[in-house]
Amino acid sequence: MAYLSFQNVRIAGFSTGVPKDVLTNEVVDSGQYSAASFISSTGVKNHRISEKYTAGDLCCAASEKLIADLGWDKKEIDAIIFVSQHADYILPATACILQERLGLSKECYTADLSLGCSGWVYGLSYAVSLLSCGTIRKVLLMSGDAKRRIAYVDPLFGHAGAVTALEFCEGAPAIQFYFGTDGSGYDALIIPDGGARNQFTDQSFVPEDVDGHMLNRLQSRMKGMDVFSFGITMGPKSVKRLAEHFGFDYMDCDYFIFHQANLLMNEKIRTKLKLPEEKVPYCLQDFGNTASASIPLTIVSQLKGKVEQKQTKWIGCGFGVGLSWGAVYFETKDIVVSQLVELE
Amino acid sequence: MEIKEFIENFASQFDDTPVEEFKAETQFRELDEWSSLIALSVIAMVDEEYDVTLKGDDMKAANTIGELFEIVKSKL
Repeated sequence: MAYLSFQNVRIAGFSTGVPKDVLTNEVVDSGQYSAASFISSTGVKNHRISEKYTAGDLCCAASEKLIADLGWDKKEIDAIIFVSQHADYILPATACILQERLGLSKECYTADLSLGCSGWVYGLSYAVSLLSCGTIRKVLLMSGDAKRRIAYVDPLFGHAGAVTALEFCEGAPAIQFYFGTDGSGYDALIIPDGGARNQFTDQSFVPEDVDGHMLNRLQSRMKGMDVFSFGITMGPKSVKRLAEHFGFDYMDCDYFIFHQANLLMNEKIRTKLKLPEEKVPYCLQDFGNTASASIPLTIVSQLKGKVEQKQTKWIGCGFGVGLSWGAVYFETKDIVVSQLVELE
Repeated sequence: MEIKEFIENFASQFDDTPVEEFKAETQFRELDEWSSLIALSVIAMVDEEYDVTLKGDDMKAANTIGELFEIVKSKL
């Protein structure tokens, strides 16, 4: 049973980096449907895409901003967790590179975590469990996806790299998690080639018909209907299971930040849980589906100026590629939410 | 559940297709307006109205609205 609860850790701040270039979907007609129907179903009007920046670059810029805004001493940052499905290199881990780029201590715990839409919640559990020991003082949880292994634009997805800063804090309220996995759906969202299972060959670059979309084997492909059914089922279930296990009424929470999958799915999840609109902010209209950056990006882009000082109760919930899902309850007070970092 | 009501619910996922085009024997994938986005709306409608979660394979197994109705009914 993957229920976890940790004491003595607080979230200190959020920051997100995105490319400055805005791409609009208002002119993208697919062979199957019009731009207008795409936007009304997915909710994704604009997204940020750049062939210049990796997720590591965006996370690095967001981290520099947040460290400055928090006034943290870099020497006190003892760990980096970097969550992405598009690491800078196949090896080494991007977290190792970011230790040097950010000028952190060599006495630093760093690790990459290969997860997508559930990745922020999973990464948070890594960061929180490290801190709860009491010897690691400050952690940067970085999460996001940006530049792909080959250049292409999917109208649903956007590039972003987020950072969540956490620190040891005696007496901080509990952070509670619920997690699950269904590996039978491993191919519901998959890049088939380029890993050890199916190595790169010339054939990897040849487009093939995948449910009416021409995609090569290095581009991610999605069984949209399966992912949709999964999301509208597991999203609400995750929140309910978390609240039932830890014995609280989820309606008492101030904000519910769901992974920004697509509007149809997110609205379905919201209405199934009977949550009022004002408690469930979205950023997918401006940034698209930004995978493991979507939860912190929603906080940075929609709630900056509204949540920093006051005691706030949150539920975060991510679900997707894996198939993998997680939900977390946490509280914040006196946090820093950095201005969105836009990279030219 | 009634086939008549199911057809109405199915039809309400479409914007431009005339209502009279929707019958039990309608091959929905042949409709001009059908798309992968409307497929998602149908899955959402079935979840909401009948508390049944359809997967991609369920959708692919049905050619007509009547066949989809039978699949939903078998999962009730």
